[in-house]
Amino acid sequence: MKYDINLNGKTVSVEAEPETPLLWVLRDELKLTGTKFGCGVASCGACTVHLDGEPMRSCQTLIEDVADSAVTTIEGLNSNIASAVQQAWVELDVPQCGYCQSGQIMSVVGLLSENPKPSSDEIDEYMYGNACRCATYQRIRAGVHRAAEIMEG
Amino acid sequence: MTIQTTRRGFLAGAGATAFLFVGFGAKGGTAAVAAAAEAKSLNPFVKIGSDGSVTAIVKHFEKGQGPATGLPTLIAEELGVRMDQISFEFAPSNPKVYNNLLFGPFQGTGGSTAMANSFMQYRQAGAAAREMLIKAAAGEWGVDPATLTIEEGMIVGSGKSASIGAFVSAAATMEAPAEPKLKDPSAFKLIGNPDIRRLDTKIKTNGEAIFAMDLHRPNQMVTVMARPERKGGLVTGFDDSACKSVKGFIRAATLPNKAAVAVFAENTWAAFKAREALSVDWDMSNAEDRDSEVIKAEILAALDAEPTYNVRNSERIAMDGATQVLEKTFYFPLLAHAPMEPLNCTIEATQDGGLLMHDGAQMPTGAHAAMAEIFQLPMEKIQVKTMLAGGSFGRRVTPTFDYQVEAALAFAVTDRSRPVKLVWSREDDIRGGFYRPAFGHKVTVGLDKDGEIMAWDHRIAGQSIMKGTAFEAFSVKDGIDGSSVEGVSDTHYAIPGMFVGLTDTKKATDVLWWRSVGHTHTAYAMEVMIDLVAEASGKDPVALRLDLLSGGDKDQQRLAGVLKLAAEKAGWGKPGNGRFQGVAVHKSFGSYVAEVAEVSGNAEDGIKIEKVTCAVDCGIAVNPDIIKAQMEGGIGYGIGHVMRDQITLVGGAVEQSNFPDYEPLRINDIGEIDVHIVASSENPTGVGEPGTPPAAPALANAIAAASQNLRVVQHPMSEHGVSFA
Ligand code: FES
Ligand code: FES
Repeated sequence: MKYDINLNGKTVSVEAEPETPLLWVLRDELKLTGTKFGCGVASCGACTVHLDGEPMRSCQTLIEDVADSAVTTIEGLNSNIASAVQQAWVELDVPQCGYCQSGQIMSVVGLLSENPKPSSDEIDEYMYGNACRCATYQRIRAGVHRAAEIMEG
Repeated sequence: MTIQTTRRGFLAGAGATAFLFVGFGAKGGTAAVAAAAEAKSLNPFVKIGSDGSVTAIVKHFEKGQGPATGLPTLIAEELGVRMDQISFEFAPSNPKVYNNLLFGPFQGTGGSTAMANSFMQYRQAGAAAREMLIKAAAGEWGVDPATLTIEEGMIVGSGKSASIGAFVSAAATMEAPAEPKLKDPSAFKLIGNPDIRRLDTKIKTNGEAIFAMDLHRPNQMVTVMARPERKGGLVTGFDDSACKSVKGFIRAATLPNKAAVAVFAENTWAAFKAREALSVDWDMSNAEDRDSEVIKAEILAALDAEPTYNVRNSERIAMDGATQVLEKTFYFPLLAHAPMEPLNCTIEATQDGGLLMHDGAQMPTGAHAAMAEIFQLPMEKIQVKTMLAGGSFGRRVTPTFDYQVEAALAFAVTDRSRPVKLVWSREDDIRGGFYRPAFGHKVTVGLDKDGEIMAWDHRIAGQSIMKGTAFEAFSVKDGIDGSSVEGVSDTHYAIPGMFVGLTDTKKATDVLWWRSVGHTHTAYAMEVMIDLVAEASGKDPVALRLDLLSGGDKDQQRLAGVLKLAAEKAGWGKPGNGRFQGVAVHKSFGSYVAEVAEVSGNAEDGIKIEKVTCAVDCGIAVNPDIIKAQMEGGIGYGIGHVMRDQITLVGGAVEQSNFPDYEPLRINDIGEIDVHIVASSENPTGVGEPGTPPAAPALANAIAAASQNLRVVQHPMSEHGVSFA
């Protein structure tokens, strides 16, 4: 099947079988490998992308269900919030292995879009589903606070 | 250039024959040799462009622990460039040049050795490059080399100044200095600088970082394995007719060793779908069939029988004269590593009839040699390209190089015209074996009338990690696998009358080193017992430990040093309202770490981990912020697993399958982590693992303080009396 998707601000045509998770279309067909495969069962958040600005697990989102939405991946982030988050991540050296971090950043951008100055508890609550096996949680929390500060200017 | 040639007999044991031909002639490449092949390489570790950009050739893989920043830091320091003028590249697989100096002629990362074995080597490489560039500039300018220095990538002096790039060609033709002069540590600008940032962060925040899993070779096939439900089952046949309706399915083929059926497809999703559609017939006559409960019963029985090995003191001290006898039996279950990036690697044929493997390669030499053997090719025809690895915790190297061999066997059943990428799912990973072995400890401590320890009887039982593997000689001496008893038999506490006995239990399943190896269980048993002694003798847990470490030897001093620092920074003895503290201190991989855990709540109503304060002494702190990050991560890893994780077997089949039932530590599980580094001029030691061992016992001791001295002696804690808020 051919699907036209609105991806990172452009319309992209892609061949995929129905019921293929968006994750695998992004990674294998479109070679957008910033979106990671961690569990395939919505339990780790490594595959997080935005659908109309909302964080979604792409491993559980089928290609046929995104036709009417704008899909944003880590490669397509370009908001002020996103650059504040990326800057904070570099300042604080949040990543270790880095494999979970695309997903973390996609979720954090979602969080800050809703709540520009979250408390640590609010961060914990929002970010619960993004696992980091390297346990960079302390820096993720600090990174969110720092990004909020950068956004305030 | 001088290269340290100290080696342990890493590969001298049985099963190592496949790798021995690599030879022992490693002396490090000289610049002249390297320069002939690559005009811009000043030595195997330093490449400089005519624009002055420096590339450090990093011989250790980067799984987040920091060598891709740490080793360039050493070069930049000695060469005289800023961190933004240096980048990194992973070394090709060449065990003669890029071997781990502590492993012998073997290229690899493990045992938290990356900095310890590279510290002098990479500094020397940087210093040698500096001397050659200065000599080249001095020659061209007709000035005395002693008047020139390199600062921020510029050669300056005698009224002249030019980029190092201008002299790379001339320098590359020179002989490398045998003994380049190293900087005095007091002049370090980069080593020890807490403001140095990692070189690999930016690419890990914008999707640019390419992990092995992200590789797409032109025309590649993806393969996934249909493996038996229980390890050891063998394929007798399969039916792939249902796979044919999966678009993208290419074919299925039994691996030559019959351990699995390889399902080949055009993409990963099709491979997974086709695998679901495949039906396989198995010969399960030799498959694993045991239950975790049986393994546990065997270990517990062994603790009550005479130990096979007397590891420390041949005479047991009788408990007869003791006023109080404390006894605890500990049990630690199997654990999976579950690195965030599932295992994978890619193999392709090269133009010259050789093979190229792309892997997040923890020990490239192993996969390299295994491929040479499988394909009957000389070593020079094979290359292992190291990619970024999404975590490992020990899993990316097994004594049999399991997944790399699996990929090679899968490639071997193709016509080799297309690259083959092997992908494991998370289920494959959780069920794929090579677990932290289950272990038991039975500890009996006798106290005299003053509450002083008079006898300590410590028995350990479990499956040896190293015995019968290619790594046996690395760890087994007189039958005793050091990795089963490390952290107990070599304790630095002044414990009189200490007996340590070990019994190997029979093979339960494939087991493997897991972040901090034996220390994962030994530190727990030791540090919980010490707290029990403190409780029984009415002493403060920190004061008791300091007493037992007061003998004045260096290890004791350094342990006491981190303990005092952690206690001070944590406000030991003065927890916040409704909070409780627990402490643990342990040496592993040459480094000394103390941790104070602070919790609220209690075991019944729910424990909340509010804070962990950590002090580490790992010698010279090359990249202080990376050391802190490794402590933070090591603490999280240690705590996350003891809270609620275990691998259990039923009739040989693994019960868990993915993160929902092998739950990672989550952000809301753990509060602040506050790390302090002890200033030191000792040579650098490990940081990847040493943060892990004290974390779980510090938590256990805090839980006891919060919960009427409830001592958790079996894991996971969530199944042994502790609920977490
Ligand atoms: S891969 Fe989608 S949540 Fe883990
Ligand atoms: S940085 Fe390694 S899993 Fe998060």
